[in-house]
Amino acid sequence: MRQETFTVISNRTLAPGTLEMVLEGDVSGISRPGQFVNLRLDGFFLRRPISVCDWTEGRLRLVYKVLGQGTAAMADYPAGKQLDLLVGLGNGFDLEKCPEHTLLVGGGVGTPPLLGLARRLAEQGKHPAAVLGFNTAGERILTEDFQSLGLRVTVCTADGSAGIPGLVTDGMAAVGDYNYVCACGPEAMLRAVWTLCGFGGQFSFEERMGCGFGACMGCSRKTVHGMKRICREGPVLEKEEIVW
Amino acid sequence: MVSTADTRVTLCGIPLDNPVIPASGCFGYGWEFAEYYDINCLGTFSFKGTTAEMRPGNPTPRIAEYSGGMLNAVGLQNPGVDAVISRELPRLAEVFHKPVMANISGFSIEEYAVVAKKLSACPQVGWLEVNISCPNVHGGGMSFGTDPVQAAAVTAAVRRVTDKPLLLKLSPNVTDIVSIARACVDAGADGLSLINTVLGMRIHLKTRRPLLANITGGMSGPGIFPLAVRMVYQVSQAVHVPVVGMGGVSSAEDVLELMLAGAAAVEVGAANLTDPFACRNIIQALPEAMKRYGITSLSEITGGAHG
Repeated sequence: MRQETFTVISNRTLAPGTLEMVLEGDVSGISRPGQFVNLRLDGFFLRRPISVCDWTEGRLRLVYKVLGQGTAAMADYPAGKQLDLLVGLGNGFDLEKCPEHTLLVGGGVGTPPLLGLARRLAEQGKHPAAVLGFNTAGERILTEDFQSLGLRVTVCTADGSAGIPGLVTDGMAAVGDYNYVCACGPEAMLRAVWTLCGFGGQFSFEERMGCGFGACMGCSRKTVHGMKRICREGPVLEKEEIVW
Repeated sequence: MVSTADTRVTLCGIPLDNPVIPASGCFGYGWEFAEYYDINCLGTFSFKGTTAEMRPGNPTPRIAEYSGGMLNAVGLQNPGVDAVISRELPRLAEVFHKPVMANISGFSIEEYAVVAKKLSACPQVGWLEVNISCPNVHGGGMSFGTDPVQAAAVTAAVRRVTDKPLLLKLSPNVTDIVSIARACVDAGADGLSLINTVLGMRIHLKTRRPLLANITGGMSGPGIFPLAVRMVYQVSQAVHVPVVGMGGVSSAEDVLELMLAGAAAVEVGAANLTDPFACRNIIQALPEAMKRYGITSLSEITGGAHG
């Protein structure tokens, strides 16, 4: 974990209520896709944990959904604004455990961290595919980014307005050639994916956090190995250790 | 001549390089923070509240926010005293070379005594801080700290098993904190620490349900600082043992203010959660703040606001 000052480069709407913020700063604290940053916002006591969508030298890409007052304030941040970030939080996805054909399963705003994962798996010469679920066609995000990395992308929409009608589990049934999953999305989605897949995987969880770096035990979750802090030993848990 | 700022204080006979102490529940078992900075700069710290057996804590969500800070309902998640002694304390010994404050919780008077006896036997432990004020557990915690008779009973039971400095951590969720403070001192407490969190609650407007799974939680952060100043002021005037002040402290100026109210040392809680470097920064800022207010020796200002 490192504390760094970042500058907002751009902050634009990707879909109604979902924005992409690109920041400039020292990203060397980030070691794995699936990690998150914790942003200090003017006028709010607690920082806001946001998953890292992707990063390159000196550039950080966050994709976030406006869900409360904090993210609503973030949505108004202009280019040039400086922000205090804790970077490199959480364990992230373990790339070495991902085989040649890993299926990335994302639901809504759980999709962004899978993009950084997809890029690094592709850089390793692996051939991941993606199943991305959204409520409706208008809420689709990042599908073209996954495609530009060479991934086959299967989109599902709950209302049937684009792609396969239904949930990501319906999309998974349409994709055959994989034997491992990396999933990020709402807990109900994670559970459905966990139940469906008869092989290994990594699942990224969300929880309300106090500190985001392991001090307060605010975000603990029961696992077969005892209590784990979603911010520190998570947010990514192995399939075998998850308890519902 | 260059004037120097003397930040040293004494807490129950043990010298501290400075009065800044990360509060229990906001600093884990310490070693986690040693990855961020050298925690030997601290006066000491109070480790995560420890019970006889492992506790998983409350269901989530455990965290909420308000304009003046945050609420938590963690519920004393901890690995249990035996695991703390076998795993956490040896790990801490590698990175922290000062006496540590052991924070103890329980659900019965016997449990307090069992945990206190085991931790008192650890050479690393300098003080015992007995939490009779956790608002987030049922059947223990705060119920001991809201009744002078119960508070005295816990104090006496722990007193019997330790010769180390014994501090009782008091709840602000009472009508008359002075009566609880006096009961603890009369039963053998060497000092008092206050205030624990203030019982509060938030409701989600969309779901119309409480934000915290535990329904209620403990408020901390700058919003409770004036309450802490008032209670430290009242208690320190009423008793003749050292008072460790806490509640919303987030700056060197807050440290000075609580000491003027009567604190011999000051704990910092929620500030550590929004800034992992908060205590280091406060310690670094202390000499300059002292200079600004004409203070050469910090230990001399305790209770300076008393009439």
